[in-house]
Amino acid sequence: MNSRLFSLIRKEFIQIWRDPRTLALILVMPIVQLFLLGYAATTDVKNISLAVWDQSQTPQSRAFLDAFRSANYFRIAYSVGSQAEYRMLIETGKARAALIIPPDYANRLQEGNAQVSMVLDGSDATVGGTALSTARLIGQSYATKVLTEQLALTGRSATITPPVEVRTQVWYNPDLISAYFNIPGVIGMILSFITALLTATAVVRERERGTIEQLIVTPIRSWELIVGKILPYVMLAFVDVLEVLIIGHWWFKVPVRGDLGLILLLSGLFVLSSLGIGLFASTVANTQQEAMLTVMFTMLPSIFLSGFFFPLDAMPKFLQIVSYAVPLRYYLVIIRALLLKGVGVDALQNEIIALTIFAVVIMGAAALRFRKRLD
Amino acid sequence: MNETFFIEAENLTKHFGEVRAVDGVSIRVKPGEIYGLVGSDGAGKTTTMRLIVGALKADSGECSVCGYDVKKHIEDARSQLGYLSQRFSLYEDLTVLENIRFFAEVRGLKPDEWLPRSLEILDFVGLANFKDRRAGQLSGGMKQKLGLASALVTRPRVLLLDEPTTGVDPVTRQDFWQLLIRLVSTPLHLPPNSENLGGVSRRDEGGVAVLISTPYMDEASRCNRIGFMKSGRIIAEGTPWQLRDRLTGRVLELRGSPLNVLRRAAHSDPDVEDVQAFGDRLHIRVREKKADDVLSRLKSRIRSAGGTIEDLRVTSPGLEDVFIALSEASNE
Repeated sequence: MNSRLFSLIRKEFIQIWRDPRTLALILVMPIVQLFLLGYAATTDVKNISLAVWDQSQTPQSRAFLDAFRSANYFRIAYSVGSQAEYRMLIETGKARAALIIPPDYANRLQEGNAQVSMVLDGSDATVGGTALSTARLIGQSYATKVLTEQLALTGRSATITPPVEVRTQVWYNPDLISAYFNIPGVIGMILSFITALLTATAVVRERERGTIEQLIVTPIRSWELIVGKILPYVMLAFVDVLEVLIIGHWWFKVPVRGDLGLILLLSGLFVLSSLGIGLFASTVANTQQEAMLTVMFTMLPSIFLSGFFFPLDAMPKFLQIVSYAVPLRYYLVIIRALLLKGVGVDALQNEIIALTIFAVVIMGAAALRFRKRLD
Repeated sequence: MNETFFIEAENLTKHFGEVRAVDGVSIRVKPGEIYGLVGSDGAGKTTTMRLIVGALKADSGECSVCGYDVKKHIEDARSQLGYLSQRFSLYEDLTVLENIRFFAEVRGLKPDEWLPRSLEILDFVGLANFKDRRAGQLSGGMKQKLGLASALVTRPRVLLLDEPTTGVDPVTRQDFWQLLIRLVSTPLHLPPNSENLGGVSRRDEGGVAVLISTPYMDEASRCNRIGFMKSGRIIAEGTPWQLRDRLTGRVLELRGSPLNVLRRAAHSDPDVEDVQAFGDRLHIRVREKKADDVLSRLKSRIRSAGGTIEDLRVTSPGLEDVFIALSEASNE
């Protein structure tokens, strides 16, 4: 191996090792983010706190409530006696929904035209939406059950089936567990964040501390300086990928269905594009702080436009077009497909081509701007 | 026979926006020679050095180090030179030895060469006992010695030192100069494969060529040659003796009291160009060939103003006098 390059890399590793904050950032941040997004950032809606105003107080109304109780989605947290009471609970956020059973519920159930009403807190659209659809489902299935029972009582023992039934099959993640979706995203986010941020600050630090002046007058070639600065962070990025994969697989049980070699190879391709962003930022910034802000400035929009949190299909056309310039977007498709679907290269051709183009362009631009000089 | 120069800069020019930081500077330094660049802050000393090491790109002009053109063969030129920048530019989070090792290796020393060489050089600069200390925990003077050591570890034939002793205590400054003088007077131990490096043959080998910038006149007087910089130009060049000779017979030294009366009297003489206080005495610079006139006029003038003269005579000019005269001359 080129000995100048080797010296540069060893020096960089000594510096990283001696800087506890950077080291913590590299090794601990992925774990923290993983657990945060694996647990906290779940979009699964469960245990919605429900206030109930049961004006009927009959065995029939209690049976109806049992149907709600037995589904995991709602938790009957409050039993109230007036509209003012549940209004207050919803306003203070203690209850997300209120279920009101009218006094004549039992009688009208007999007649076949019972009505119950539900009030939902729509200020959190995710929770509200899920509560709405599950409440409808619970109501429908309960109604079918009651109808069947009533028919049975009249002697006509037949089961009621709706004329059309949609039988759904969920592939790849049948239980729709958020973590399966989020953890591949975390890999992408950490990879782009760590490599771009650390490369940018590592290069700028030499300038900020004046050490670049001494480095310039050594016979190190420009490309050696670039590679020597970048390679340590590429290696650490792979440590992070493995770290997140291992914890994700063993702790969160995220499947790894694709070929591990392919996962690492395509992660490497993505790392190149993040490094390019970092290197480019380092040629723009004069201080580590500027470099950090520049990277953040590109990082935040790219996370939002990557399809990590919000589906790209639902975005306005303009933002969808912008998202084509976000490398994380392609990588998320790749890593999710590789982990969950276990596909091969042929299914990911477009993404691979797009990432390659991005990596080449940004690296080229950064290398052109990178000068082994002071001016 | 042609003289060999290890540094040859010809008409270097560098602009920063509208400012001409370096304006047609030519410098030649021979092996075994210490060339001092002197001048006030902002005169262009640092920029000149950065142009020679290729850290900045000159707008125009030619420059070569050991025969290697800095524009075309910068990496070859750099393998011949050691550079100590004004600001400490080694890694504070690396130890003394790690710093030296790093710079030794990136400048081409083999794995089995760097350690003995580093220890030798640390011994030479007196840092052997501190080799495992982090550079950030060294004192100012020790940092500069470390800088010198890592510039010297590959035994460069050209050494550029940008104000290496600024902010360093007098004892350390003294050490530093002793090191430098030993360095230029010691013939290099060149590796056998360096018979002909960039047209410089081994026979010409005298020692190292040093280009040093300094704001201190006592340091300037130790150089073999001095270039005085002002507004990006070298406005005077020569040996310290040659430069002092410009003012021979034109500087009077006056001791007496009260100092303010003496000063006023001196200023009022039409043939006096400048008066500078040096502690308890005044240096009075007079127009050419007017020393005797001023001398006699001044005696009577001071007595009539009520001052007393302890000593008044023509003195040999110091470099300080010369530089003050030069700075003023170019202002006019």
